[in-house]
This record gives sequence, C-alpha cells and structure tokens, in this order.
Amino acid sequence: MTITMAAPKRRAVRLTKRTGDSWTAGYMLLPALLTLALVAGYPIVAALRLSFVEVADQINPQTGMLEKTESLGLGNYVGLFVGDSGEAFRNAFMNTTLFTVIGVVVETALGVAMALVMNKAFRARALVRVSVLVPWAIPTAISGLMWKWIFESDGIANTVLNAEIIWTADNSTIFGFISAPFTAVLVADIWKTAPFIGLIVLAGLQVVPKEVYEAAKVDGAGPFTTFWRITLPLIKPTVVVAVLFRMLDALKMFDLPFVLVGANKHSVETLSMLAQFELSNVRYGPAAAYSTVLFAYVAVIAFVFVKMLGADLVGRGLKGRG
Amino acid sequence: MKYRHAAALAAIALVATACGSDSESSAPDASPAAEAQGVGPITFANGKDSSGVLQELLDKWNAAHPDEEVTLVELPAQADGQRQQLIQNAQTESDAFDVIALDVVWTAEFAANGWVDELPEGALPTSDIVPSLVEGTKYFDKMYAAPWGGGTGLLYYRTDLLDAAGLEPPTTWDELVAACDAVLQLPEAEGVDCYGGQFNKYEGLTVNFSEAVNSAGGSVVGSDGQPTLTTPEAKAGLDFLVDGFASGRIPKEAITWDEEAGRRAFQAGKLLFHRNWSYVYALANETDGSSQVAGKFDIAPIPGATGYGHGTIGANNLAISSFATNKKTALDFITWITSQDVAQHLLVESSQTPAYGAMYDDPELIDQFAFLPMLKEGLQNAQPRPSIVHYGDGTAAIQEEVTAALTGEKSAEQALSDLQDRLSEIVDQ
Repeated sequence: MTITMAAPKRRAVRLTKRTGDSWTAGYMLLPALLTLALVAGYPIVAALRLSFVEVADQINPQTGMLEKTESLGLGNYVGLFVGDSGEAFRNAFMNTTLFTVIGVVVETALGVAMALVMNKAFRARALVRVSVLVPWAIPTAISGLMWKWIFESDGIANTVLNAEIIWTADNSTIFGFISAPFTAVLVADIWKTAPFIGLIVLAGLQVVPKEVYEAAKVDGAGPFTTFWRITLPLIKPTVVVAVLFRMLDALKMFDLPFVLVGANKHSVETLSMLAQFELSNVRYGPAAAYSTVLFAYVAVIAFVFVKMLGADLVGRGLKGRG
Repeated sequence: MKYRHAAALAAIALVATACGSDSESSAPDASPAAEAQGVGPITFANGKDSSGVLQELLDKWNAAHPDEEVTLVELPAQADGQRQQLIQNAQTESDAFDVIALDVVWTAEFAANGWVDELPEGALPTSDIVPSLVEGTKYFDKMYAAPWGGGTGLLYYRTDLLDAAGLEPPTTWDELVAACDAVLQLPEAEGVDCYGGQFNKYEGLTVNFSEAVNSAGGSVVGSDGQPTLTTPEAKAGLDFLVDGFASGRIPKEAITWDEEAGRRAFQAGKLLFHRNWSYVYALANETDGSSQVAGKFDIAPIPGATGYGHGTIGANNLAISSFATNKKTALDFITWITSQDVAQHLLVESSQTPAYGAMYDDPELIDQFAFLPMLKEGLQNAQPRPSIVHYGDGTAAIQEEVTAALTGEKSAEQALSDLQDRLSEIVDQ
C-alpha cells in the first residue's frame, strides 16, 4: 500500500531537489545500513568464507599434539556428496524436506479447519480460541520434553493406542516400515504449529465481507460451494503467507527433534542438527557448508513460493495482484 | 539510484569487517609444562553449582586470598553445553576461563589441541589418589588435570528378591543370568525384568559398551591408541548386551533409557539388576514414597565375564587453560580445592564422591555413605573410556554401531568390524 501511494510523490520531489535529497536520505539510512552490514552482512560473508576452509589435522606421534593445516578449497562441498558425510547430508536433506512437506500440508489443512471453527459465532468461542493457541504459546523445548514423556515406552501414547511402540529410539518402526521417531516429531510439530496457521487464517477470514456470503446464499450456493468458491479464494493470500512462514520455519527445524529424540539420531536428523553436530565436534568448515546449503535451500523455496504463488509479503493487498 | 552512496558505503564497511578478522591462527604451540606464573584474580568455569556448596568454598578461599580472588563461572548443566563453551573459549584464545572443569573423556582432546597446560610433576599428592582416576587425567603419559572426585558404574540389585531365591549377588555375567532365571520365576518377581543400563544412543551407551568390553577382558582402544575390537573379548562384551536384548532379559524399552529412565524403572521395582552411578543410592533409598525399593536393594561392583568387571570412570578433573594469565594462582587454587580436606567437605555437603583412596575406608564416612566400600572396589577395577583425540567422532561411531547391533540391524561381528574400521579412520585422522 505504502509503496504505491508514495510513488507519485517521490517522482515529484526528484524533479525539484534530486541531489540534495538523495544525499540526505543516504546519510539518514547510513546507521541502519552499517548496523545491518555488521550484524547480518558480516556473519553471512564470514560463514561463507568458513565453508571453504579445510582443516587437516595430524597427531604428532612424539608429543601427541594436534598439528593443523588450513587451506581454502571446495572440499567441504564435495563432502556433501561423497562418502559417509554425503550419506549423512542426503539423509538430513530428506528428513528436512519430508518434515516440511508432510508437516506443512497437514498443518495447513488443520489450521484452516481450526480457523473456520473459531470464526463461527457460538457460546464458548473465546475459550476455544484461547485453548487452540496454547500449543503455539508453549516454548518448543518445553513441548519437546512434554511429548518425550508422552512417547515414552510406558507413556500416554502407548496406553491410549494400546501399543508397545518404542517411539524415541533411532531406527524404531511402526508396522515395520514407518519410522516411529519421525512420526513422533511430526505429531508434536503439527500439534504445535497448526494453531499458528489457524490464527493467521482466522485474521484473513474476519476481513471477508459478510455481503459476499449473503450474495452466495441468495444465489443458492451450499456450504461446500461457498467454502470452495468464496471463502478459499478470498483467504488464499493469507493462507499462502502463513504456509510460506511455516515452510521457512520447518526447514530450519532443530529444537523439537533435538529435545524429543536427541542429537545424532539419523531418523530425525535435520540439516540444522547436522550442522550443529559438526560444530560441536570443532569442524567449522563442514558446519558452515551445511548451513550455507540450508540457507540457499530456504532462499530458493522462498523465491519460488513468492514468484509462483504470489505470496503477498509487502502488503499489496488483493488489489495489487489484479 | 537514490541509495547508491549509502549502499556503496555499506559494502565497504562489510568488506572491511570481513577482512579484519581474517588472521585466525591455527593450533597454539605445543609448549611443555612451563612454570606456572602469574598471580592475581582468576575464574573457575564449572557446571552448575545447584547446591551452592561450591560458592561457599570459594568464599572461604577468597577470604584467605584477597588478591587472588576466584570467581565462579557457571556453565550449562549438560556436559555437551559445557564442552562447547570451553572449546569456543579456547578457539578464541580467551582468558575468560582460567581453571576449567574437564570431563574425563575430554582430556585427550583438550591436551592434544594445546588448550590446557600440563601440570608440573609433584604438584599433587597423586600417590594418595585412586590410581584409575590419575590415569584418566593423562595424555601421552603427561598429567593435564587434577582428579576432583570420581565415580564408576555400579550394579544395583534387589536384596529381597535375591534372598527369596537364596542367592548371592552375582560376580559374573553367567551368575547374573542364572540369578535372573531363578528369581524371575518367583511369584513376587511378577513384572520384574532382569537387567537394565543406559542404552539410548548417547554417551551413556558408549559407557555401557566400554564397560562390557572391558569386563570381558578386552578394550575398545589399545594402549597404542589403535582400536582393538576384532578380538574375542570385544565380541564377548558386546554379546552380553546383544543377547540381553534378544532374550528379553533387558527389556526392549531400555533402548531409550538414559540414567534417569533406568533409575525410574529400578525405583518402581521393575528391575532386578541395574547398572548406574552412585548418585542413585540415596535417591532409591528415599522413604517419601518416590522409591518402591527403599531398603530392599544393595550395590556391588559390576559383574564381568570371569569375575568382577571393569566399570568406566566418570569424573570431573580440573585443568588450567593455556590462555589463562594468572597460572600460578590457578595451580594453587587447584591444589587446594582438590585437597583431601576439601574433598571431605564436598562429600559431606554435596555427595561428591572423592578421589582419595583413604576416604573410602573412613568408618565415619562409611556410616553416612554406605556405598563407599563398593564404590572403592569398583574404582580400583575401573578403566577409562577410550582415549581418542577426536572423541566426539569416536563416541558417535561407537553409539552408531552398537545401536545397530542391539536392535538386530547388524550382527555383533559385523558391527564390531565396522566399528573397528571407523575408529581406525578417526584415530588416524
């Protein structure tokens, strides 16, 4: 909104006091840009550089001291594709992607359903709205611990399901083919973040004018048609933004699997967990390479999403997209 | 166009800062035990001081040494978090930490990287300290840290159930299996499983695996630093655990157990035998209803293939950071806080088990801490976990392969031979 509004004004100014004004603006923005360069630009560049640093160390057989030699090269990136580290990377990449795709699809469906319920006028509406938000309000590490107890071998999950599933052990399966820890993390994640989508979609629902629904009713549209033809198209921009935020969040997933299942468990290891593991073993190069790839992955997804689905991030509103 | 100047300035600033920090130095020089010099205030980086006992001790020291004040820096409660902070501190060569508490398994890593100083010979009364604890502070035959309390794995067993079957606590695995077979048939042992330890895929699994291999007479890594897992002893050790899971003697949910989960099972009366550290003793004897087995259990050294086994050492040692400024004060402080007087205070006040052998025989202390004689027995037999410079990678490889064997994904032979290969690679790195 602001951008389209401001455009004509800016042109007018430029014609009259072009040079002086742009300098002033430049200086005014300088502190902000410098701060950005320091807290965002520099770390990114430094991490990028670090991802090309290869460290080879050798233990001196006489003294037992480690002797390190540093060199610059593509070794850390080659390591993403070959050998044990390549396998670990592929596994983490798959886990990250699957968590994101399955999680976000289910969360979106549940979230939209929640929003539709919350938007209805009924007696306990305030109570429902608050209770739906509770999972979202609990810190992830705490909910990870909570779900860990639920999924313990003598925990509530097994009692309710009347099963004896070992949920949190690496490589443990349900029916022999579904990864149990992966499912546990997915359930916890959906429980936690579906309300987030619900909340954003609710905001979208509330601005849909009542007249549209009245018109639909007059035209004889049933509830399904109304949802499909009226509600969904009108809330689409909000849903797209909610889904994009959730995807970016899910791609970085770290705390939930880390707390619920643990470090270095391949069935739930995500890219950020892998980077953390490398970091904790003082291999900064590979850790930086993993992080850089994750960064690129997130950037590409965000770009594709904005381009293809027209995620409305700058607030152009419905009008702007014609 | 409008913001071109600002953008250019920002870009310059960015490049400048990026170049500014370019000169990272590699590993510090391997300087042999230089005379500890420098007197003045120091910091002591340790895990969380939840009881407050440590701060009281430091107050005492500070009152006596006003010019050499010691400030406590509390690190995270979890060992991983502590290690990360200590490493970060060392990587930046910061003098923020002077005296640091090192878990026994980090000794090799910190020594080889030159992050901690060698301790001068004769600074500590090593002859009074349990030998296995001293061993854990050494790397390439040089001592890098002062033993500051120590513990080892113990076998907790249910006296009521063994008495009912008329049995003595087992000293070997065969006896343990026979005792289970006899006891679990008793009506009062309904719902009780035979044995449990720490088998989740984490450091505890490395502990339990090393103990099993050591207790069978083998070793994970030999004295030359090379892995020794293709031996019949290593196989016998792993088989004890693998057979335990396969036969159901170890309940299958134990694959998710850490110390606390196992302790809960033992306290709920669900285990006949349980491997854990000495901290469980007081908790399982709690009579406030949290433990079903209070007064109904005792402890023994862990069993092995042909007699008592070899527990692994879990200990906190104190070392001087190579980047400390006041190293003489640091050494004096370490000497004092690891002394026998302070050890006695720490045992009484915060149940920190001591490094001094004589204290384990003190009748007054035994009155108060009934587990001391058995812990001493265990400590005398104890062996450190494998000493690997890249310990993080080593323990991850061990956890990986042992988990595969315990869950039946690989045979014990296959897992051991794969582990042998992986450890060789890590050691030779």
